[in-house]
Amino acid sequence: MENILFLAHTEADGTLSKAALETLGAAVELKQALNAALVAALYGEKIQPAAHSISACGAQRFLAVCGEDFAQARHATDAAACEALVRASGATIVFVAASSRNSRVVGAVAHRVHGCVDTHVTDVAAASGAPAVTRWFYRQRIEGSLTRTQRPWILLLDPGSCSPWQDAPGLSTPELIDAPLPDSLRRTTVRGTVTPPVDQQTIRPDADLLFVAGAGWTKKQKDGQTHVPEAETIILDFLRNSKASLGGSKSLVDLSGENQSTLRFMSHLNQVGQTGATPRHPKGLSTCCHGEEPHTVGWRFIGERRAINLDPSCGWARGKADVLYIADAFDVISKVNALLSAR
Amino acid sequence: MSNSFQVVVCASVVPDPLQTLEPVTGPNGPALKNEMMLPAILDPWAAHALYEGANLVKQVAGSALWLVSMAPKAKLQQVMMTVAQKVPLQLVALDGPSSGFADAHQTATALAVAIRNIPGLDLPRLLLFGGWESASRSAGVTLQMVGDELGIVDQFQGVDAITPQDDGSFEVLERIEGARHQVSLCAGPPAVLGWATGSLGEPRNNPQVGMANMRTIMPALQRAVAATISSDGLQYANVTTPKQQRQTRIVKDVPADEIASELVQWIKQE
Repeated sequence: MENILFLAHTEADGTLSKAALETLGAAVELKQALNAALVAALYGEKIQPAAHSISACGAQRFLAVCGEDFAQARHATDAAACEALVRASGATIVFVAASSRNSRVVGAVAHRVHGCVDTHVTDVAAASGAPAVTRWFYRQRIEGSLTRTQRPWILLLDPGSCSPWQDAPGLSTPELIDAPLPDSLRRTTVRGTVTPPVDQQTIRPDADLLFVAGAGWTKKQKDGQTHVPEAETIILDFLRNSKASLGGSKSLVDLSGENQSTLRFMSHLNQVGQTGATPRHPKGLSTCCHGEEPHTVGWRFIGERRAINLDPSCGWARGKADVLYIADAFDVISKVNALLSAR
Repeated sequence: MSNSFQVVVCASVVPDPLQTLEPVTGPNGPALKNEMMLPAILDPWAAHALYEGANLVKQVAGSALWLVSMAPKAKLQQVMMTVAQKVPLQLVALDGPSSGFADAHQTATALAVAIRNIPGLDLPRLLLFGGWESASRSAGVTLQMVGDELGIVDQFQGVDAITPQDDGSFEVLERIEGARHQVSLCAGPPAVLGWATGSLGEPRNNPQVGMANMRTIMPALQRAVAATISSDGLQYANVTTPKQQRQTRIVKDVPADEIASELVQWIKQE
């Protein structure tokens, strides 16, 4: 019989993130499908609020590693905590949400417990009584499903792949597990985070719309001149009016590295595609971007897609968008801004 | 020099992203159709790691840079013709699969053995670089496993910057959720850094660097150790290319006002 472990770190306030609850939902589903045992394990500075919130998930055991040392998202201490929890649970299948904190450690944890790991998992099914996972290969260009005989098998689930688990909170007191921390695990100190200024905070993972700007915004326009400051105003106005998240093509974000005139708020963090992000949004609007394959692989999880481009034979026309407007994005988006702000 | 770094960059090769990829089932499981014929490039995120590593080595006197790469030897040779012109490096080649369907665990073991065997490498001064994910399997775990196998407990993923300090420590910026960076201070090497894009552009080809590199790269390719990667309990049920083609409606010769109005309606739709 499989022994399933739901393993999660808590947030600063001791609660669980949405991604963690989605992962718990997948773990509970597999538990029911395989009639398996379920253990829930938490790590972080504070764990009690999270433990209470998932007390009704059907876990036979609740385990935790907690304390000040686990407040920081630090590889050495997080890996030690996860290793201790996986060992204590005796798990054969481990469900983990793909947060940056978990993603940093799962490979090392799998190595330490002589297990195996699959990341970017988008689905877990019980095929013929054994778990089978679905994941993408070659940056969302090929999809495959696979099984493994090696255990423990750690599965890192991509956020947005499953419905979050929900039920009424109750009372739960996890069994505390000791994770020894010699000084050699404290060589790194997390000093904090750097956040872009509010007016430059353009990445909004929960937005309904992804707005992608391509290098065309910085190129010469009809009058033979570039209009980069105007492009910045139009795009920022659009983001303000539509509450969209901003993405960029590689060619645009690379311009800043080449000291060319570019959009000041656009960084590599906005980049979508082969060497960028693969965000999940219900809708996507591409502007001044050619829609070539290395960029559009980042659009795999965008639902409805529309594009504005002056070139009728661009990549978007070749079956990559639902609607392609052959038009000047400067004109169209300015008018969209006028309509949105009027509402 | 006591504060110098020994930078080892792990990087494989991947098909040029402009190529069409079609999965086929071979005797050893899934593979790409005409895989050996597809033009290849150095894995993009690992390439950023290489450029950042070379830049670090240039800044900190006494440092050295190695590129450890596992791929079919012929493919590696083809890719090295370009990569060799970018930055000065010493190649350690492993003749093995670079497929996205190859298992990360055994790949990591082979890489760790190759790194341990680098003559003159001072492990306590090691900074193990690579891409935070590959463009083939995108597992994001290979580098972690290599680091763990080498006993390195300070690891960073999604790195965009490393700033050496005067006391031998270094500050690292890692990408985290919400378009933020986590700032950490590490006491010093050894450490693992899985790079995102960093901040450096691709260096221009430098034929002089290329000629100097090729003197050591060709012998390294000839010495490439064969690495066997077995499936080891991993079984693929199916591997397919999902339907990507959409029925694109092309709207042209329509005034901007009309397009704007249609777009606003679409944006507002639930």
